[in-house]
Amino acid sequence: MEAPRLAARDLACRRGERLLFRGLSLGLNGGQSLHVTGSNGTGKSSLIRILARLLRPYAGEVERSGSIGLLDQTIALDEHLPLGRALAFWAGLDGPISPDIVARIGLADLLDVPVRYLSTGQRKRAALARLLGQGAQIWLLDEPLNGLDRDAVALVEALIAEHIADGGLTLVASHQPITVPGMAVLHLPDYAPGLNA
Amino acid sequence: MRGFGTLLLRDLAQFLPGARRGNTLLPLLFFLAVAMLYPFAVGPNPNVLAATGGGVIWVAALLAAILPLDRLLAPDLENGFFDQWALRGIAEEVVVAVRLLAHWLSFGPFLMLAALPASALLGIDAATLRTVELGLLAGTPGLAAIGIIIAAVTVGLRGGGAALSGLLVIPLAVPLLIFGAGSLSTGGEGGIALTAAISLVLVAIAPFAGGAAIRAAREG
Repeated sequence: MEAPRLAARDLACRRGERLLFRGLSLGLNGGQSLHVTGSNGTGKSSLIRILARLLRPYAGEVERSGSIGLLDQTIALDEHLPLGRALAFWAGLDGPISPDIVARIGLADLLDVPVRYLSTGQRKRAALARLLGQGAQIWLLDEPLNGLDRDAVALVEALIAEHIADGGLTLVASHQPITVPGMAVLHLPDYAPGLNA
Repeated sequence: MRGFGTLLLRDLAQFLPGARRGNTLLPLLFFLAVAMLYPFAVGPNPNVLAATGGGVIWVAALLAAILPLDRLLAPDLENGFFDQWALRGIAEEVVVAVRLLAHWLSFGPFLMLAALPASALLGIDAATLRTVELGLLAGTPGLAAIGIIIAAVTVGLRGGGAALSGLLVIPLAVPLLIFGAGSLSTGGEGGIALTAAISLVLVAIAPFAGGAAIRAAREG
């Protein structure tokens, strides 16, 4: 498998009348990870969507090679289905999710529960199972720690560390601290317009 | 075409009558209720009923096809399904084409079945019933295509989407109604052939129009 790469040159993002950031460049290779920080409304989610090519940047270019997995506030699982069957839909597209992964994420006892009855943290874990089942090389994680308890935060950190150790690439956007060895930090408000740079 | 079968199975499980705890049965019941109420409204004169019954079936079919529109695409956009498909290289056009097929399968054949008891209620004779059934077969794919285009165009609207999509569908459905229901008065196959032609064009356009509309909504 070709080594993943994600690069952006001179990105600017405009939402409505507001320019959120501009002049942002980054380059990441397999085995690297980046934590995008910044308070609410600085454009972290927009940056993730631009990098995933779901949103057109106001200016600049995105280059990438490798498959992309996205984890954001939507879980893309059918609310009325039991969790097991909702995940099975994605397994039909991505290939089966191993029971070990499901057990590690703590979902083994929840597979018969309809998705709409899951708690906030359980929904996040379910989305995480979908992401892991996808086997994508590039992970774009938008606020992956929201609603998770302390054990689950440690689990997410461990999963990211393993992913980059396997040659994957991870970009996390979060206002919360996240501890992964070797993770670089990009402070998004530094690219807000109106500052000298 | 990767995932075509997987997508279709999920769509059918959501939209076929009886899915989602029976909510999907409502358009069919609505269709039958209209056919049942019509004789009460215009009186029991068998000549009037037989002469106008075919048209009523057509109007009821149009209204029944509008009912599921607000559930057709919007939930999948809100829940992030379209994002995840896009990341996996599954084009919006493919998703919309599959959804169009599932939408039609969920009401077209069942409307044609429901037209049988409806025609009995309205006292329609066998020859007219045949024309109605052929017309529905030719016209309902077009109704489904219009419905899915409108559902895609209104997908980003929060609230009030259902009524608006209904209003938008009706003028677009006029050609189908004119030729489809018109074939009843002329008794000709020509009307049905024209209905089928319009349906084919609409079905061919729908995936592209719908896919473009969904991409535009995602950018918003």
